[in-house]
Amino acid sequence: MGTVAAHGLRKSFDKVQALDGVTLDVPDGSFFVVLGPSGAGKTTTLRAIAGLEKLDAGSVHLDGRDATGDTPAARDLAMVFQNYALYPRRTAYENIASPLRARRCSSSEIAAAVDRMSSLLHIERLLQRRPAQLSGGEMQRVALARALVRSPRAFLMDEPLTNLDLKLRVEMRTELTRIHRSLGATFLYVTNDQVEALSMADQVAVLKEGKVQQVGTPTEVYERPANRWVAGFVGSPPISLLACRAEGDRLVGAEGWTLPRPRWTTAEDGRALLLGLRAEDLSVEQRGDAALPGELYGLEPLGDRTVVDVRVGTEILKVKARPTVTGTQGERLQVTVDLDRAHLFDAGTGLSLSRAGR
Amino acid sequence: MAVSIDEAVSPGPVRDHTAPAPRRGGRGRSVLELALLVVLAAVMLFPALWMLETSIKENRDVYAIPAKFFDFTVTLDHFRDVFVAPGGGRSAVSVSFLNSVVVAGVSTLLATVLGVPAAWAYSRFSVKAKKDQLFFILSTRFMPPVVVVIPIFLMYRQVGLIDSKLGLILIYAAFNVPFTIWMMKGFVDEVPPEYEDAAMLDGYTRLQAFWKFTLPLLVPGIAATAVFALIFSWNEFVFAIFLTSSDDVRTAPPAIAGLIGGTTVDWGLVAAASVVFALPVLIFAYLVRKHLVAGVTLGAVRR
Repeated sequence: MGTVAAHGLRKSFDKVQALDGVTLDVPDGSFFVVLGPSGAGKTTTLRAIAGLEKLDAGSVHLDGRDATGDTPAARDLAMVFQNYALYPRRTAYENIASPLRARRCSSSEIAAAVDRMSSLLHIERLLQRRPAQLSGGEMQRVALARALVRSPRAFLMDEPLTNLDLKLRVEMRTELTRIHRSLGATFLYVTNDQVEALSMADQVAVLKEGKVQQVGTPTEVYERPANRWVAGFVGSPPISLLACRAEGDRLVGAEGWTLPRPRWTTAEDGRALLLGLRAEDLSVEQRGDAALPGELYGLEPLGDRTVVDVRVGTEILKVKARPTVTGTQGERLQVTVDLDRAHLFDAGTGLSLSRAGR
Repeated sequence: MAVSIDEAVSPGPVRDHTAPAPRRGGRGRSVLELALLVVLAAVMLFPALWMLETSIKENRDVYAIPAKFFDFTVTLDHFRDVFVAPGGGRSAVSVSFLNSVVVAGVSTLLATVLGVPAAWAYSRFSVKAKKDQLFFILSTRFMPPVVVVIPIFLMYRQVGLIDSKLGLILIYAAFNVPFTIWMMKGFVDEVPPEYEDAAMLDGYTRLQAFWKFTLPLLVPGIAATAVFALIFSWNEFVFAIFLTSSDDVRTAPPAIAGLIGGTTVDWGLVAAASVVFALPVLIFAYLVRKHLVAGVTLGAVRR
């Protein structure tokens, strides 16, 4: 089917540098997710690969062949737009048939293909309706069918689930994964939702301000964030970052606390560090050597768990706890830290110092 | 009728909030407003009404002193004279109407064919100094026609466009293209560019995407714009009177103006010709009233 490779994409709008040297390598048949906050350049990256955006610099290779100057039609890619972009004056059937009509398929071929797609996506009874008569979820399915109706090199998806309500989004997530498996096609998927990224992707590229921060499997991105920004962006509740420095065999916090120095870090004494602690690697219920003194700041019951906000000095730590946990504000408590799973970042550059040791 | 609506919309208490006047004062004011409006309407509409009356009066009633407002004999002779020459055959004024139809129609078509794609390009593509270009395009409309008519007259004489329908068509199209670009750009901006993006990914070229997917959504806008251009070309007087002279080229405005002059003026004929001339504009203005009043809307497009 198809590989997609973007190399050193650069693009600026007026004075804003939307893409600042984006390089992506999407292997054949993978579900590749570009994750980033809004304004990170995700959509621009996708549009550049689709040929809808003229690049200032960089190249796009499709199946190993340079396609940088090609028209969108010549690139043989299909795209699902965030706002679906269904043709308003045409029925769902005509919308889905459009890519085949453009390629001058016979009407019997078109009918067969549209039939196949409508049963795959369960939209048989919507085919004669116009977009204005469809709900958001139905429009999304029609838009998906229009992309899937032919077999392009790769599918590009620009936040296709963003405009759906939560229940539908969860359903469509499973369905997209199922479709990806059954087609075995290359999916390049853009989203600002980390849950989508972590649950669907084979590979995740985290994008910020037009620069790729990290590429890896969802586990790698979550377990070994390349810098403090990725650590803070991926994960919910967000990772807690504490300023500290290494002194001998201890980590000394700016707030006065001390912890045993993790064995895996090679940071030299006195260097300004950030200790990154994920909520699930902290506990207010266990006892251990590595503990931080703090006071209860707040409780966020979330049903299956409760997030305990603990104030350590001036910082707030997010601690995942059992839903039955109770406490009163201001209560003194100890937060046990799983130091083997902690992260250390250089306070200046923000780069991870944990990777080499693990 | 108008009074009661007025009262329903703006209740007295609100109006008399600052100065507690008797209730009849509010009522008296709205009656005064109505009276003023009637007077104003009468003053504004009187020429048009008088034109309409004159066009259906017999000649001796036209010249009657004191003027007859109501008790005159109705005749359609003047309207016949507009179209039929005294000796039979086509009258000069009716030929001028035909010329007006051709000149206004073709110049509007030309302006639309040139202006719509230009508007699309200005809306969709990043063009260097786009704002400056658009301002320059608009600025060609700032100048009153009288200012440029002499140089254009001299140029037209050089290239042989003087006293030709083609000459008028070109100059009207040139005046209408900037207007078309500006008005159509607003309509194109309303259509999400994603339709074209989607079409291009479907496998269409950029132009096909515009032609098959965006253009059909622009039809209401194009119709409204074309009517405005048509009305401009239809009403234009200055270029027409300077650049044309012969009866078989001349458009209606200078031809009707030409009926006045000489020793006697056939006011009935002038009035009837004016009525016939005004009708298309009234009809077209009625057709685009929604765009004149409520501004620009494209109901079919949802973002």
